[in-house]
Amino acid sequence: MSAIAGTPPKSFAVTPKLDAQGEPMGELLEVSMGPHHPSTHGVFRMDVVLDGEEVVKLKPVFGYLHRNHEKIGENISYLGTMPYTDRLDYFCSMTNNWGYALTIEKLAGLGVPERAEYIRVIMAELTRLQNHTCLIGFFMQDMGALGTPMMYAFREREKILDLFESVSGARMMCNYMRFGGVRVDVNDAWLAQARKVAGEYGSFLDEFEKFLTANEILLARTQFVGVLPKDLAVNASITGPMLRASGVNYDLRKVDKYGIYSRFDFRVPVGEHGDIYDRYMVRVLEMRESIKILQQALRDIPAGPVMDPKAKLRGFRPKPGEVYGRVEGPKGELGFYVISDGSPNPYRYRVRPPSFINLTTLEDMCLGHKISDTVVILGSVDIVLGEVDR
Amino acid sequence: METLEQIKARLEAVLPMTKLDILSNECPAGDRSLLVHAASGFAVAKFLRDDPLLKLDYCSNVTGIDWPEATIKTKVKKKVAVAGVEKEIEETIETLRSGHLEVVYHLYSMELKHGPVVLRLRTENRTDNTQLPSLTPLWRGAEFQEREVYDLYGVIFEGHPDLRRILMWDNFEGFPMRRDYVAPDDFEYEPTPHDEVLAEAKKHYPVEPKSEVKP
Repeated sequence: MSAIAGTPPKSFAVTPKLDAQGEPMGELLEVSMGPHHPSTHGVFRMDVVLDGEEVVKLKPVFGYLHRNHEKIGENISYLGTMPYTDRLDYFCSMTNNWGYALTIEKLAGLGVPERAEYIRVIMAELTRLQNHTCLIGFFMQDMGALGTPMMYAFREREKILDLFESVSGARMMCNYMRFGGVRVDVNDAWLAQARKVAGEYGSFLDEFEKFLTANEILLARTQFVGVLPKDLAVNASITGPMLRASGVNYDLRKVDKYGIYSRFDFRVPVGEHGDIYDRYMVRVLEMRESIKILQQALRDIPAGPVMDPKAKLRGFRPKPGEVYGRVEGPKGELGFYVISDGSPNPYRYRVRPPSFINLTTLEDMCLGHKISDTVVILGSVDIVLGEVDR
Repeated sequence: METLEQIKARLEAVLPMTKLDILSNECPAGDRSLLVHAASGFAVAKFLRDDPLLKLDYCSNVTGIDWPEATIKTKVKKKVAVAGVEKEIEETIETLRSGHLEVVYHLYSMELKHGPVVLRLRTENRTDNTQLPSLTPLWRGAEFQEREVYDLYGVIFEGHPDLRRILMWDNFEGFPMRRDYVAPDDFEYEPTPHDEVLAEAKKHYPVEPKSEVKP
């Protein structure tokens, strides 16, 4: 590990390739990719230096969507931040809600009723399903398969968003969880529909995989492209499917066993090579494990209350102290660090955004590849700019 | 994992010149943290990463905290004998806290699957002496996060390979996450300002030279 630790990114001064006489063969071209480029999934810019078609330097530039989420969080009450967390990673608002609720519950020492724990697991796994499905759709789009795979993905996503909408009132900005439980209970009809969606998802994945997994173009574009070595992935704090694709078995659902994840039987898929294909495959396998968790949770969900009776929504003032809570979001470790000074607002509120930190190694993965590969590599990182810029 | 006291004892044995303190945390579920003097911050972090018992190879979260100068009131109960009768009196002690910036690192081990060890470094003050050693040479994962702390708090990380602003634009002035930061007057908030906004906006308009009108 020490060989990698300590080395700065390789491309501080770059020069064009030299010919046999030691003369430069051409000029370098600096391209500013983005911020309004469809492949950047939002407003994200890459300053790329090209030698011919090859990337010799790449610096990510962000902040176009910056609104200082943390400062807003410090100026409003604890509960007031909950809807703002939806806007972090707007694909996975349920997981963001859970991460924040979990942290504050740790801070204030609140318990969560059994039924609410099950509902949280169901919501988080549904979120993971729709996030990974959409990601694969976008990712195919980045490789040139315009429209069709993404529409297949969005058709399935809509079924999950319908479930979210019927329980929380909003498709994407759910604002569903509270400190000590969830906002409203789900009914039997909802559970039956969720069972149907979870039951049918496997056959959709079979269909999706039939077209993609052994597709010749996908294999050619993704295998051995954008390789992220294991020790660099650990050293650069990469988390989530990207880390596991590099061969590190680290899933917070297994490590921390937060919530009630210790009760479910599921496995953690781990990649071997750390290339884009492994990242794709880890996500597909993770979805299959999510379906398994969903079926177990929907089978075992008990009846009962969904809010801790001790939890106070108004006038909520936790005792002084600090806490760091983290959950395994679909993109990686989503952490919240909160310091309370006993007042109604947190003294310090910090979000550890997974996709922001996963971009650390973007340059390392892109160097030496063609400019068209950077688009696919960026797609495989799975970023959402609402969370990167905060 | 070892307790923080054991880690501290081992650190003091290996690095005898370091100043270490264990900070308590009033929240029972939270973790206590290890306050390290800035000068030995790098050596302590390197020990925590390379030690075979700890192997904290994963720097999860890096964040800054601003502590402005403040008087802290702590209530202490005291027993005082008043005319032969013992009474319990509550006394408030005021202590002056010097202002400083603080950087917090949450370290975990991916290999041994334990953690966190919370490491804190403090700057001398908030104005002219805000240097701290960068831990990016040890954990690449701190690269963007330290840039963010520099951007929003103004902590200067010595040894960082690429210390630039990250979320704000390059010629932005000030550090927006500090407690005393005042947001600039948003006088262009309305395209055609009126009422109070116009009164505010007028302060920003250039003064027009008085034209000499001949009778």
